[in-house]
Amino acid sequence: MDAIAIENAFQEKIDKDLNIEPKDQMPEKYRLHLIRQISQHAHSEVIGMQPEGNWITRAPSLRSKQILLAKIQDEGGHGLYLYSAAETLGISREEMIEQLHSGKAKYSNIFNYPSLNWADIGAIGWLVDGAAIVNQVSLQRTSYGPYARAMVRICKEESFHQRQGYEIMANMMKGTNEQKAMAQDAMNRWWWPSLMMFGPHDSDSPNSGNAFKWKIKRQSNDVLRQRFIDKTVQQAEVIGLSIPDKDLKWNEEKQCYDHGEINWEEFNQVINGNGPCNKQRMAHHIKYHNEGAWVREAAAAYQKHINELN
Amino acid sequence: MSTDTQLDLWEVFIQSRPGSHYTHAGSVHASDNQMALQNARDIYTRRNEGTSIWVVPAKYVSASNAEDAGMFFDPSNDKMYRHPTFYVMPEGAKQI
Ligand SMILES: [Fe+2]
Ligand SMILES: [Fe+2]
Repeated sequence: MDAIAIENAFQEKIDKDLNIEPKDQMPEKYRLHLIRQISQHAHSEVIGMQPEGNWITRAPSLRSKQILLAKIQDEGGHGLYLYSAAETLGISREEMIEQLHSGKAKYSNIFNYPSLNWADIGAIGWLVDGAAIVNQVSLQRTSYGPYARAMVRICKEESFHQRQGYEIMANMMKGTNEQKAMAQDAMNRWWWPSLMMFGPHDSDSPNSGNAFKWKIKRQSNDVLRQRFIDKTVQQAEVIGLSIPDKDLKWNEEKQCYDHGEINWEEFNQVINGNGPCNKQRMAHHIKYHNEGAWVREAAAAYQKHINELN
Repeated sequence: MSTDTQLDLWEVFIQSRPGSHYTHAGSVHASDNQMALQNARDIYTRRNEGTSIWVVPAKYVSASNAEDAGMFFDPSNDKMYRHPTFYVMPEGAKQI
């Protein structure tokens, strides 16, 4: 089949809402789009372990330490599901890690912000995982089978992440004035970066055409962002946190919240490497990847040994 | 830098309850079957998803070709008499 025939047969399948599977023929651009998106998603899960890992040894109780450990372990698992899904498209794990280290592949901007105190762990679980859930629920219906299945698995695990974060915030809001101030401060720092997680406004994302045509993306950035805001504002009110947006107000006509202007200048600065923690995150990943090389080498040597015995 | 092998790919199948089918869950990288089983346990069964796991080296999985599905599954397409709904039950007869 020539490229046009492949593309037509492919689009016909997509239009019928059929999933594309690894052995199916697909346009090269679809394959590359997915490799970029899935590997970035995988890197985000893994890099996202760093700001939270920062607080494991300083968790305020054994209960909260166990919960945080389990949550971070899940994120490592999410990274692995996604790396596996990307591998079915013909890229190796090794290449993906190389692209992360060289800066060719990005990860979610949100993880370039620091986790300064325990309230940040609450804010990350509640807001960052909350935003991730809204995005990932939508991706459960993405057109590439292995990606969609990874999303279903991930969504099942995410709801505990959001709840444990919200519980931390709720408990702090029942505490002393200092604890309340810490929770509000974390809210103030994480709210806007969480809104940025959904990416540029629809009017400013000219490249999303193919993503919609190929049903990789099912809902637009602004639609998903709005859904997150509407759910989260209510949860904030219940525990007495205020949203750091003076323009936020209920729109009776549209039945949703209007929000203030997002600082895209900051977004671009962080994406281009100038966020508070970009260098630290990457240096940490490279260091531990290299220090772990002996484990991979030992496993490979053992494998060779086993193969020689058989 | 040393050659950074990511080891072999293994496909993971999980039985969710005793007696049920093994269902494909995903894949892991591992050097041997022990490591594959342990990685599969850590990655795919953190919430009691399984009572048993199979791991199979991905290179030993043979798959039918999606493009040939029509031809490949053709032999059963015209055999409606394999389905109970093909048969007309006499009026008044009860289902067993
Ligand atoms: Fe995750
Ligand atoms: Fe999460």
